[in-house]
Amino acid sequence: MPDGHVDLDAERIGTLGECEGLGEFEGLDEYEGALAGMSRREFLTYCTGVAATLGLSPALGVNIANAAVAAPRPTVIWLSGQACTGCTETLLRTNHPTLETLILDTISLDYNETLMTGSGHQAENWKQQAMKDNWGKYLMVTDGSVPTKDGGVYCKVAGKTYLEAVQECAKGAAAVISIGSCSSWGGWPSTGVNPTGAVGLSEVIKDKPVVTIPGCPPNPYNFLSLVLHYVAFGKLPELDDKMRPKFAYGRLIHENCERRPHFDAGRFAMEFGDYGHRQGYCLYKLGCKGPETYANCPSVGFNDVGQGTWPVGTGHPCFGCTEKGVGFTKSIHELATLKSVAPPNTYPAVAVGQGEGISAGAAAVVAGIAGAAVGAGAVVAGRLGKHDEKADASSETK
Amino acid sequence: MSVHAHQPHGHAALGGRILTLPFLVCSALVVLAGYLLVQRYVYGLAAVSNLSDGYPWGIWVAVDVVIGSAFGCAGYVMALLCYILNKGEYHPMVRPAVLASLFGYGLAGLAVLVDLGRYWNFYHMMLPWYAQPNSVMLEVGLCVATYTIVLIVEFAPAFLERFGIEGLRRKLNKVLWVFIALGVLLPTMHQSSLGTMMVIVGHKLSPLWQTQLLPVFFLLTAVLMGFAIVAWESVMASLNFKREMETPVLRKMAGLMLVVASVFVALRFVDLLWRGQLGTAFGGPSSGWFWVETVLMVGGLVLLIPKANRSRSRTLFISASMLLVAGILYRLNVYLIGFTPSVGPWHYFPSVKEIMVTVGIFALEVALYLVFVKKLPVMHAEHPVGVPHAADAKHG
Repeated sequence: MPDGHVDLDAERIGTLGECEGLGEFEGLDEYEGALAGMSRREFLTYCTGVAATLGLSPALGVNIANAAVAAPRPTVIWLSGQACTGCTETLLRTNHPTLETLILDTISLDYNETLMTGSGHQAENWKQQAMKDNWGKYLMVTDGSVPTKDGGVYCKVAGKTYLEAVQECAKGAAAVISIGSCSSWGGWPSTGVNPTGAVGLSEVIKDKPVVTIPGCPPNPYNFLSLVLHYVAFGKLPELDDKMRPKFAYGRLIHENCERRPHFDAGRFAMEFGDYGHRQGYCLYKLGCKGPETYANCPSVGFNDVGQGTWPVGTGHPCFGCTEKGVGFTKSIHELATLKSVAPPNTYPAVAVGQGEGISAGAAAVVAGIAGAAVGAGAVVAGRLGKHDEKADASSETK
Repeated sequence: MSVHAHQPHGHAALGGRILTLPFLVCSALVVLAGYLLVQRYVYGLAAVSNLSDGYPWGIWVAVDVVIGSAFGCAGYVMALLCYILNKGEYHPMVRPAVLASLFGYGLAGLAVLVDLGRYWNFYHMMLPWYAQPNSVMLEVGLCVATYTIVLIVEFAPAFLERFGIEGLRRKLNKVLWVFIALGVLLPTMHQSSLGTMMVIVGHKLSPLWQTQLLPVFFLLTAVLMGFAIVAWESVMASLNFKREMETPVLRKMAGLMLVVASVFVALRFVDLLWRGQLGTAFGGPSSGWFWVETVLMVGGLVLLIPKANRSRSRTLFISASMLLVAGILYRLNVYLIGFTPSVGPWHYFPSVKEIMVTVGIFALEVALYLVFVKKLPVMHAEHPVGVPHAADAKHG
């Protein structure tokens, strides 16, 4: 645990092992103030939801709840480099929990240039203080790419280059998370000629694993789930080869896309606004990168307003923002490289016949076969009759 | 147990002309089916069949596979009687029955390849990493494939005798019991699974046929149709090849047929009564087909009740034919007539081309049978009409 006191706190607020149902679990009431207006039940429901997002047993939701309310909360220092602030903006759109629950109660967001109230020397001093007090325990989160050209002069805060700031901050971090595509591999600032020499955080922080939550912006719940996993279990979840948590980036978008049946049946939108596009056909031929992009967008959606709230759901091809080498590298309407199945060259007709009744020819053939069978049977039976008579006669003469 | 000890009879090829009228008619039908199959593989299923998304299974499954494999149960029941129940007197009928089974199953497998939309993936069934081990269909597929191989081995002695490969034949005889045991086990498994396959379609199958007992009924019809085919084939062979009737053995088998058919009919009505569906038989949908099937079955078994009738080849033939048709209809009812695979205005009746493919497959079976019994030692050689064969001396 980052603070080293979670076990103590967990003991104090109730013996979890003995809890059969959550109704008997009274401990968290003591933290009423910490729940930011959520009822205890709502809070536990939320934590169970987080456990589900992480693919964990719902029973572990209680562990997450305990860890989230245990004081002092883990310190998070959030640094922003060359970015559009979209990653912070996306966090503002969460409502389970709301951002204030997260930053005031779940974690202690001690430094974030967009959200903090302080400014100037005050803010900078506070950052130094927070780092010193929590040396070796705090979580470091960054959004935005790191400019490296010309000594990194293209992004400076408080007289220090961003490159220096992240190197300094990473030294004392318990874990390093880079949120967004820019921080993960360079993102849009690194496209084309890359005038600032923008790179991802992992290019400059080599001595520590840098967990990435790519996306432009990424789904905030992937970030929240990662943080809460770390807070609750004190370790990082399973990661893939690009250091992305597998619970969120384990599957191709293509695999869970609601338009996938159209792909398999060969129904494609060929241009924006055409018949197929209005019908919700597959966007592969408009350049959708779903077939080569790993992310949970189709299953989780954005902004908590229900199914279909993600780019492909609204009719725009995925441009592969979570995939290095796809997002910001391939052009938006370029055909995706198919990682799993290729579409066949020919397809069955879209409008299928429902079959016809019996045709005269078929009726005649069936009747013919039945007739021939009965006729042949009768002939055989007749011949067998004679055979039997002979047999009877011969047995009588014997 | 030595298989050899139960072989009191030798076998001999019948000899005679190959190019007889029945053979030529069958060959013509096979050629026609071959032509249609070329169309099917060049232009796809829709060019030849009336199969649709609503009726993905047509007669190529219901008739060629489900009924065709029941035709192939002759070898199953004969092996069961002769080797497992140790009734040596049935031995003369084993080899022709195994041959009929070999064609029945081999061609059922061929029919699957005709029916499969993505036939080029058929071998995936054999690869464990593609398998879904809880699938009934996988069980049927693997069982049928394995059983076809078992039948080839069971029939192999006939080949080996014909071509005088004595050493191999003797070696094979030592392990043949394994294949005979498998040859009884496998059909028991997949014939009942053919019923299970329709248990899982649930309400899509008419309540007249939908029951947990479907596997039992399919096993019973398999045994019954196996007996009926043996009787039928024995009578036809005696008549057409002018051989003595195998009346004493047939008489006993007729008794067994009577028992199986009676159990089937009794269980059928008990089951309907138990499920409270007896009323559906009177005026419910497809109830006419239920009665045709039941009347044929009852008619066939009633004919066998008087003991004297069981020795009469004509009554035996008529009864076996009726039971066979009843079994065919039962399986057709379960797989096509009483089965509504999807909701909506879907219709299915096989196209002429589809029917001709099925006819061609059955014609191929008959044509091959005619060639095999004439050229290979299949029929027992008690009263050989054709040229006596050297296999007689070698045997025993």
